[in-house]
Amino acid sequence: MTRSDENAPDSAADALTGIRSVSVTSGGGMAVAPVEQFDVAAVNTGEKPAMYKGREPIYPRRVSGTFRSLKWWIMGIALAIYYLTPWLRWDRGEFAPDQAVLIDVANRRFYFFFIEIWPQEFYYVAGLLIMAGVGLFLVTSTVGRAWCGYACPQTVWTDLFVWVERFVEGDRNARMRLDAAPWTAGKIRKKVTVHVIWLIVAFATGGAWIFYFADAPTLARDFFTFQAPTIAYATVAVLTFTTYTLGGILREQVCTYMCPWPRIQAAMMDEYSLTVTYNDWRGEPRSRHRKKALRDGLDVGDCVDCNACVAVCPTGIDIRDGQQLQCITCALCIDACDTVMAKIGLDKGLINYATLKDYEANKADEPAPTTWRSFLRPRTALYFGLWSLIGLVMLTSLMTRSRLDVNLLHDRNPVFVQLADGAIRNGYTLKILNMVPQPHSYVVALDGLPGAAMWIASDDAAPAQILNLDVGPDQAGTYKILVRTEAGAMTSKSQKFNFLITQTGGDEEEVAAAIFEGTAPE
Amino acid sequence: MADERHVDEFTGTQTTGHEWDGIRELDTPMPRWWLWTFYATCIWALAYVFFYPAIPLISKSTTGLLGYSSRQKVDSEMMAVAESQAGMIQKISDMSLADIRADDELQRFAAAGGRSAFLVNCSQCHGSGASGAEGYPNLNDDEWIWGGTLEAIETTIRHGIRFDVDDDTRLSEMPSFGADELLAGEEIAQATEYVLKLAGIDHDATLAEAGAEIYTDNCEACHGADGGGDREQGAPALRDAIWLYGGNRELVTAQIMRPRHGVMPAWGSRLDPATIKQLAIYIHGLGGGQ
Repeated sequence: MTRSDENAPDSAADALTGIRSVSVTSGGGMAVAPVEQFDVAAVNTGEKPAMYKGREPIYPRRVSGTFRSLKWWIMGIALAIYYLTPWLRWDRGEFAPDQAVLIDVANRRFYFFFIEIWPQEFYYVAGLLIMAGVGLFLVTSTVGRAWCGYACPQTVWTDLFVWVERFVEGDRNARMRLDAAPWTAGKIRKKVTVHVIWLIVAFATGGAWIFYFADAPTLARDFFTFQAPTIAYATVAVLTFTTYTLGGILREQVCTYMCPWPRIQAAMMDEYSLTVTYNDWRGEPRSRHRKKALRDGLDVGDCVDCNACVAVCPTGIDIRDGQQLQCITCALCIDACDTVMAKIGLDKGLINYATLKDYEANKADEPAPTTWRSFLRPRTALYFGLWSLIGLVMLTSLMTRSRLDVNLLHDRNPVFVQLADGAIRNGYTLKILNMVPQPHSYVVALDGLPGAAMWIASDDAAPAQILNLDVGPDQAGTYKILVRTEAGAMTSKSQKFNFLITQTGGDEEEVAAAIFEGTAPE
Repeated sequence: MADERHVDEFTGTQTTGHEWDGIRELDTPMPRWWLWTFYATCIWALAYVFFYPAIPLISKSTTGLLGYSSRQKVDSEMMAVAESQAGMIQKISDMSLADIRADDELQRFAAAGGRSAFLVNCSQCHGSGASGAEGYPNLNDDEWIWGGTLEAIETTIRHGIRFDVDDDTRLSEMPSFGADELLAGEEIAQATEYVLKLAGIDHDATLAEAGAEIYTDNCEACHGADGGGDREQGAPALRDAIWLYGGNRELVTAQIMRPRHGVMPAWGSRLDPATIKQLAIYIHGLGGGQ
């Protein structure tokens, strides 16, 4: 797989643009349309023992095809979800915000359409994160690095930034010429335009983020009239900076050097995982002079060494070097190669999505083993089972969870108080969590403490058997309750009993176990 | 360990020349932006030393150009808190105790402020839970020597008890019936039994009967005919379950022989009126307030 010297560019112009037309023939020996040749080398074929390595500029060429279309669609959907979600409304009545997805940090509530989560229910979020992790394993073990290639924000935003660059400066060759050209007014204008648009995109990205944390329309108005909280401006500034730097400047460096996922994925994949594969048994030996070589009776493969696969690669690698960690499996090289193969009348799929098993089978000219059944493996079944189990457990607990919760705290200092008439008094702090956006009142009763009566510490009302307490919408009501038993009524030094809390006009009910302490009967 | 640099055939990268059990370490060059990030952190560190206190000297540290100090920061935060509470404090100063208690928000604020003032100034004697100790009243119960209304509690805190420096201090002094030989030993024993009888504690009925007259002559004026006490004079009730110096024969006798008189400082000269009001609200709200 070495590059021969005969393929070196033969003129300065060629060296600059990297374009050259070569004539190749199809398998049948018929002359077909010329195929562009790109003078481009993979960035990771370094042989220089340097301490530091600068980023080599990558100029991904425009390509069209199945996977490019798929990527456009996914990008559109992903960006739409990201930018539009905070603006969706969801009616929860007068006592709760009407934003469909809202992380209300100030009030410690998280709203997701019909679901409302309190901080102590954060395990739902933890569960979702675990599901995301296991889901990533599942996806990787079946379709390889699909996350990297299609859905990762780094990929989506880099794609968007490259699109902007291409829109202003032109395609690969134009961009290379522009970068090599001296700084003229035209070049400055183009560069400034690109960076300004990048900054606008980055600003919009950071800007959309803050709307998840406050009422979007209100915050938008405050933001642009400079009345929003400092943290909003700081967040937008930081995200604008990171989006611009990571999406515009660093791009594939994030995937190659910063992200741990490319390293982890190697352990996730096996011989049944789909990955972008160069079928070297079909392509090699590659030749730029296929027609002549065939005429000479030489052994030539289907690869015409046009380097289209390298030219379109957003991470600047050569897929023909085999699987490598820089490959995010965006499949743009498949689109590029298929276009070339169609042009010269050869079968598509010189570069294709294949598992290692497929690759071996194809090489041996056997039917490819990958069918929908090959996704059903112990490994994927385990991942899917785990993923579904967590999902089902969370769903069940979400559907059956009580929206009333009580916390009871016994006074510890003093544990009990003897009153003048010999009665014993215990103090409790009762917290009633009314976790729905409507006000409710609750009946609190004593159970298992005969002759006892209670009252609210700050109230002047006489001790009673039952208390009626109101709790505001979506709030926790905290009450200091004092309970007394008459002199000599205690049967032991410490008696167990319960507080029964029942929602008035509702079916929510909670029991809080408590202990009444006092002096032992004589 | 062979010390031979080697070019890895898969990556085309030189190895470090180190080899362990056939495993060679790639000498992959760092990305240059990483180097720039490193320089940026160095610059950040230098700038920090320049702008903030950083280098320790003998008695203090360098101050930094910004003049930042964590003590000043705490001061300004405390001032900000005081400022944010100024409105509530003003209200507490202006309003009557009953009105403060009737206002839920003020009541909570005052009780919280009162608790914090209590822990600093009162807990040394009354305990952090205000449950007292021998000679130091429990403030949680419903027995009050000088009264358990909001006003009475406030007056007690402001002027103290038997605190000479304050002209309006609460003053009461039980005679030393034994030490000053006002009563004979036998009479004291009889009075003790009568007091135990009033409190419903085991006693000698014969002695108690004899003690009734002694009680009427010597004790009733302050402690009341039925032993109910008199809060105007600071005479504790004797018939209930709560005893400041203990409720058994020995301790009651000791108290009649040579009474102990506890002293509580007057806080009116040390704490501002709003704090004293908050303390009154807190103590009243412990459960025994009247």
